[in-house]
Amino acid sequence: MTAGLSRRAAICGIGQTEFSKESGRTELQLACECVKSALDDAGLSPADVDGLVTFTMDTTEEIDVVRNLGIGELSMFSRVPYGGGAAAGTVLQAAMAVATGVADVVVCYRAFNERSGMRFGGFASTLTSMPLFLSWYGPYGLLTPASWVALHARRYMETYGVTNADFAPIAVVDRKHAATNPDAWFHGRPITVEDHQASRWIVEPVLRLLDCCQESDGGVAIVVTSTERARDLRQVPAVIEAAAQGATFDGESMTSYYRDDLTGLQEMGAVARRLWSMSGLSPDDIQTAFLYDHFTPFVLMQLEELGFCGRGEAKEFATVENLSIGGRLPINTNGGLLGEAYIHGMNGITEGVRQVRGTSHNQVDAVEHVLVTSGTGVPTSGLILGRD
Amino acid sequence: MSGRLAPSMTPDTEFFWQGCRDHRLLIQRCTDCGALRHPPRPMCPSCTSLAWETVEASGRGTVLSFVMPRHPQFPGFDERYMVALVELEEGTRLVSNLVGTTPEEASIGMAVEVRFEQFDNDVVLPQFVPAGADADAAGGTAGTGADR
Repeated sequence: MTAGLSRRAAICGIGQTEFSKESGRTELQLACECVKSALDDAGLSPADVDGLVTFTMDTTEEIDVVRNLGIGELSMFSRVPYGGGAAAGTVLQAAMAVATGVADVVVCYRAFNERSGMRFGGFASTLTSMPLFLSWYGPYGLLTPASWVALHARRYMETYGVTNADFAPIAVVDRKHAATNPDAWFHGRPITVEDHQASRWIVEPVLRLLDCCQESDGGVAIVVTSTERARDLRQVPAVIEAAAQGATFDGESMTSYYRDDLTGLQEMGAVARRLWSMSGLSPDDIQTAFLYDHFTPFVLMQLEELGFCGRGEAKEFATVENLSIGGRLPINTNGGLLGEAYIHGMNGITEGVRQVRGTSHNQVDAVEHVLVTSGTGVPTSGLILGRD
Repeated sequence: MSGRLAPSMTPDTEFFWQGCRDHRLLIQRCTDCGALRHPPRPMCPSCTSLAWETVEASGRGTVLSFVMPRHPQFPGFDERYMVALVELEEGTRLVSNLVGTTPEEASIGMAVEVRFEQFDNDVVLPQFVPAGADADAAGGTAGTGADR
């Protein structure tokens, strides 16, 4: 049944605000700006929109987007949980609505002041009581996303003989691509492996500062409609060849420490199987990928879950050469969450669209199929976008 | 000695924290099929039974993973405190602190055993020390501030 979704819907518009450390305006305004920008890109008007999808974590209400943009009647609106794991999931929800005729034009949005407002890595410093989800970890000082990921990733490192230096290529490649992307926060500021290894420990011996993504203010929106309608619009359609969400048994959000095997990312494995099956494609068919890079170790583990290399082989596969433009699998051509901005993975989807259109600042040659993944260590999602 | 933020609890989980106050490390066990589970939850994923009881763990286990969170620094924790994922010999796992040893001496796979530590604000937490360690020698915690 899910195969029936393949190629039925397309991304016809993308929009974003500038990416900063202090936007100077409300999250509501950022949401309105990026939704308007995406509609302008598509050549559609607010009156065309009948569906909205965002993250459960987003603070902007759908009805406030409607009231600000002058949108009329909505026929569908839904939210996707689990932080950055939601990103591609919003597009799946939109594609399902469009393919079934429930909605015609659906806008997915995510907008926040994650640096100047509530910081995910810093909220624990101001806690006065322990939230329930943190009660098995927080009293012991496991209080940040970096530390939750590190305890999991160290088991992977121990099993396959991986060290922190093996994560350096991810950071170097991201910053290399960001350096030539004018939209990236780290535009013009590449780093070396030595810079990575000299950066301070955030969680020893797993994560240094340059293994951790930025905190950013900004908004990103994506317009989804039927592939048929997209053909008549302004932009080259980025056809949704596959879209999938995945959750697996005995997981938690960021702290899945209770499964037999702690050397993988089970949810991404589940998403990968669905993406390959729905699209009929395989890793060899992908010209470029956006691999969610909140923390570098999980990029290596994703390469294995997605089938780009075997178990334990990512440290050999993930070289700067292989992952750069011109290499076997150029990743995060916008600079990723480390280099461009942390907009919860939505900026990876827009980069995937640009690669399909041929308009990326770091364009890969002859792109036919682009893979985009969402947040890892949580129930997650992914997309394969391609040309019509 | 300094405090630790107290865990929040629900009727599903409060037995664990009460056990800590009594210096007993408790594991939830399905009354119907006998399967152990942690963290606590109302239903047994093996047989969907809602009937459960608790058993006291031996307190012995193995370190599956451990890390030293360095930034940001939180009040009440030493500069290189260790957080460990421990697999108990009964088979369930829990996150705790590794104390009475150093990051250089600690290793994945090392045998550990539980101690209970009462912090300033009456929070009682399980802490793990190297197995067979002398109780007094291993008496430090990840955040007493005693070595400052």
